[in-house]
Amino acid sequence: MVYAAPWMLACALGGFVVLVAFGRRLGEPVAGWVATAAIAAAFVVAVVTWIGLLGHHNREITETLFDWLPIGSYQVKVALLIDPLSVTMCLFVTGVSALIHLYSIAYMHKERDFTKFFVYLNLFVFSMLLLVLADNLLLTFVGWEGVGVCSYWLVAFYFDRDSAASAGKKAFLYNRIGDVGMLVAMFVLFTHLHTLTYLGIAAGASTLTGTQVTLVAIALLFAAAGKSAQIPLFNWLPDAMEGPTPVSALIHAATMVTAGVYLLCRMSHLLVLTSSGRATIAVVGAATAFVAATIATAQSDIKKVLAFSTVSQIGFMVLAVGSGAYAAAIFLMVAHAFFKGLLFLGAGSVIHGLDGEQELSRMGGLRTVMAWTFATFVIGWLAIAGVPPFSGFFAKGDVLKGAWAYSKPLWAIGLVAALLTAYYMTRLFVLAFTGDPRFLKAVGGRPALATPHESPWVMRLPLVVLAACAALAGILGPALDRFLSPVFASTHLAPLSSASSDSLIAIDGVVAVVGLAIAWWLWRGRVQRPALTPQFLARAWYWDDAYDAVLGRPAERVARASAEVVDPLVIDGAVLGVATLARRAARQLRGLQNGYVRSYALLFAIGTALLLAYLLARTF
Amino acid sequence: MQSSALLIALVVLPAVGAGVLALVPRLEGRVATMVGATIAIAELVGAALLAIGYHPNGAVFQDASTQVLAAPFGLFWRAGVDGISVLLIVLTAIVVPIAILGAPERHRTRASIGWLLLLESATVGSFASLDVLLFFLFFELTLVPAYFLIAGWGDQRRGPAAAMKFFVYTLVGSAFLFVGILVVAFLHQSQAGGALTFSLTALSSTHLNGTTGVLLVLAFTAAFAVKSPLFPFHTWSPDAYSEAPVSGSVVLAALLAKLGTYGIVRFDITLFPHALVTVGPWLFALAIASILYGAVVACGSSDLKRLLAYSSLAQMGFVVLGIVSLNQAGVSGAVLLMFNHGIVTTALFLLVGFLAKRTGLSLVTGVRGIQGPAPILAACFTVAMLASIGLPGLNGFVSEFLVLIGFFGAQGWWVVIPTLGVIVAAIYLLWAYQQVFQGTLVTPAGASISDLDVRERSVLVPLLAIMVVLGVYPKLVLDRILPSVVHLLAHLHAAGLTTTSVGLR
Repeated sequence: MVYAAPWMLACALGGFVVLVAFGRRLGEPVAGWVATAAIAAAFVVAVVTWIGLLGHHNREITETLFDWLPIGSYQVKVALLIDPLSVTMCLFVTGVSALIHLYSIAYMHKERDFTKFFVYLNLFVFSMLLLVLADNLLLTFVGWEGVGVCSYWLVAFYFDRDSAASAGKKAFLYNRIGDVGMLVAMFVLFTHLHTLTYLGIAAGASTLTGTQVTLVAIALLFAAAGKSAQIPLFNWLPDAMEGPTPVSALIHAATMVTAGVYLLCRMSHLLVLTSSGRATIAVVGAATAFVAATIATAQSDIKKVLAFSTVSQIGFMVLAVGSGAYAAAIFLMVAHAFFKGLLFLGAGSVIHGLDGEQELSRMGGLRTVMAWTFATFVIGWLAIAGVPPFSGFFAKGDVLKGAWAYSKPLWAIGLVAALLTAYYMTRLFVLAFTGDPRFLKAVGGRPALATPHESPWVMRLPLVVLAACAALAGILGPALDRFLSPVFASTHLAPLSSASSDSLIAIDGVVAVVGLAIAWWLWRGRVQRPALTPQFLARAWYWDDAYDAVLGRPAERVARASAEVVDPLVIDGAVLGVATLARRAARQLRGLQNGYVRSYALLFAIGTALLLAYLLARTF
Repeated sequence: MQSSALLIALVVLPAVGAGVLALVPRLEGRVATMVGATIAIAELVGAALLAIGYHPNGAVFQDASTQVLAAPFGLFWRAGVDGISVLLIVLTAIVVPIAILGAPERHRTRASIGWLLLLESATVGSFASLDVLLFFLFFELTLVPAYFLIAGWGDQRRGPAAAMKFFVYTLVGSAFLFVGILVVAFLHQSQAGGALTFSLTALSSTHLNGTTGVLLVLAFTAAFAVKSPLFPFHTWSPDAYSEAPVSGSVVLAALLAKLGTYGIVRFDITLFPHALVTVGPWLFALAIASILYGAVVACGSSDLKRLLAYSSLAQMGFVVLGIVSLNQAGVSGAVLLMFNHGIVTTALFLLVGFLAKRTGLSLVTGVRGIQGPAPILAACFTVAMLASIGLPGLNGFVSEFLVLIGFFGAQGWWVVIPTLGVIVAAIYLLWAYQQVFQGTLVTPAGASISDLDVRERSVLVPLLAIMVVLGVYPKLVLDRILPSVVHLLAHLHAAGLTTTSVGLR
């Protein structure tokens, strides 16, 4: 049953092919149902594979499909690695994807490119599965770029909106910048180990020099920073919210953006060999968790809050990787897929109900009119805030425990970020769901909106399922840890005593409740608090503006100048200058009058003769 | 048919077709397109047979033939193919019918197709030549049809000047090549005695001292660097590519550019292994300059055809980078990239042509939001663009990756610089896509934007299919070129220069 894994890929790819070929004829809503069925089938296969793996004595199975490309005498294969890590990834990726596909059928109702949306979505799931199932870095890179290009298409889905087109482009380019890291890591590993398979790298990593390992670790971190929106490449993710909300839930919260964390976990056997590399990873993770959390406190757009929250949560995962708590990173990734997917879908339900309104200041009082959305959103909110006994409490608790064992200062930063998380999510919740229904009033040229209706059942069902998962996934922790730990390299850190472990857990719970209480007290009944939402935070630490000023605009000037001045005048000018000189010389020598061809033919002849004479004189 | 006859037929057939079109004035208009397409498709079938009959692990040069043409001048017909030339002949045979069917000229169709066919003969002849002088003749012969295509069917105002610039520039480069060829042949004759010969195999045993070798490799490479083009010898190309008719841009960028890089692979490596290693750092520098400079200028270009010209410059830089890495990964990647670039660039120039036909403009400004009325055109452009950017799963990635990993094996951390070129390629193409295809619809007054028609779609389908197939299963081609690459690199072994079997260093 383990060998069913390729069928997961086949299901998603099959859905894509069918929709490309017949999508237009199928139309709405059949195309959506076909796509959903394909992914649901992939989920079933994932479950079958998982059960098969549980009953299998060997939990590291490579299944080769075909030879892909020869690098000299080495064959890179299209082969799948089926092990606890890849199966865990497949389970939640296909599960969450199936639910979000279902949700999208109603959400994308009456959209111009309904079919195309599902084409992209199925291709996305295929690429994501390829990314996690690949047995070598190069094949992972295929999936890695595949999800990137689907993200590009889906962010720019409303292509006639300039902001959407720009955001899609930005997402793709930031990923590409990160790709340099991925490529360089592959170059070094292949040149020194003559393999690109994960098992080969894990076995051979210890033969690399310390510098090589550190360089590869940093290069992979850079790649992960691009894909998983970490400092210094995080600022594409908030812009990516231009895409339809199910896309934000699926790609920019639950699955694709965690691919960088997956990659780093995959390379754990290499990472344990470099303490400086791991320290860099941990610092980047902690810094991102903190910085993004501060920004999230000051956003006025519901999706922007959630976007920065995602950046911050992935920061926690990266911190866990740096600390060597790989299983905790994956645990948080799974829990995050549930609660953040839920929160985005809930936000989508709100936006859908309010005719596309995304400003928190235009919401309020939704508690009574959207009961299902409200009830499920409460669970998502408490889960991400880290309130016991919901999943976020346990998952974030494991991450912070790992950080404590690794470095106390980084743990402290993580704790502050956790406090901020409870704060900004409570602010969002209070602004959206409690208080007066502000959408009923027209403000600043924006018309008053009708009282929203609750979303249809195809949208409510995924909310309910994800809410159940977000509430209960906490109990998975120990089992997941046992299942995954054989995959990862051991960091040989001393385990925490149960007393210190208990007190850390208590601190986490207290911090969550305190953050929640502060936000409740500050924002209850308020819409604006300018002192708490300074420009510095609202504009994301001016990160975009800085890149624009330092890199973007100067680079644009250089490009413009190269195309308009340097190439036509300087380089071509030099060539034309030589030609003119030659023509003058020709005229003087032979009294030849104008005529390009004749003078050039002469130049040709003279040059030939001179060169020939010189060469012959030298050689004979 | 004996297979050496097949190769000869492949060289001669298009020229015969051109002759028929030239002599029979009745074949004007659509009939000319039909005749031309028939011959080009017959050529494609022949090329396919050649490729199928080629044994990757058989003789180094297959389907070989030798004929005396003019003994006193040492002019012989020596033809034959290895995996590298088979691939490029197939590329030629794919591109020419697509150029004929995809972008037929409305006026003087017969002549334009005649020139295209003559150019096909010259190109196939160049790739099939195993004689340096014969290669030179074919190499030069390509100039004539290319000149007339640009001058006769290009932009009415600027076309003739661009054609002249192209012609003269390339001719000056060829002067160096011609001198180089003569010197090598005379040197060989003085060392080995006997009659004057230009046979590649014979000349490869010529002993060259350091300086002579370097001067000769520079003379050869000068011609190839102009043709490819390489920075800073590229300035003819933006003018020629943008002023030429669509079919002219296609054959210039997809085929003629490959003659330059093919020349480096075939002649520089075989004849001057030592000297090539000596000048290697300079060629690396030119290649990297081409990659970065081409990418930067492309970013600043507001005309799609010029943008593609600079993008080609950057891609040719990658090809040279791979060749001069002188290891299996680098050279096989470079050869595959020649093919891939030919396919992708054909699709892109055709699409720009289709776009220009609808809007009357090839500028990036003045037309926006085309994805709305023409989703299929936009989708085709997207796929070709992503192949050009090097998206894994499409053909461009495989070759780019092999080139870069080969370069890393040869030059280590310098690889970071060309890798940056990969990013910049994404910048200018995505920017151009956004300008033209996304945003709210803006079209020039009176232009109605329709989606691709059946003819346009059917010429694009094979190109897109190749992009996907060679992205997913590049082994199909790589298995055929690798043995030839190994043989080519054996010249370096024989010369005491090392490359290893793992493909690196």
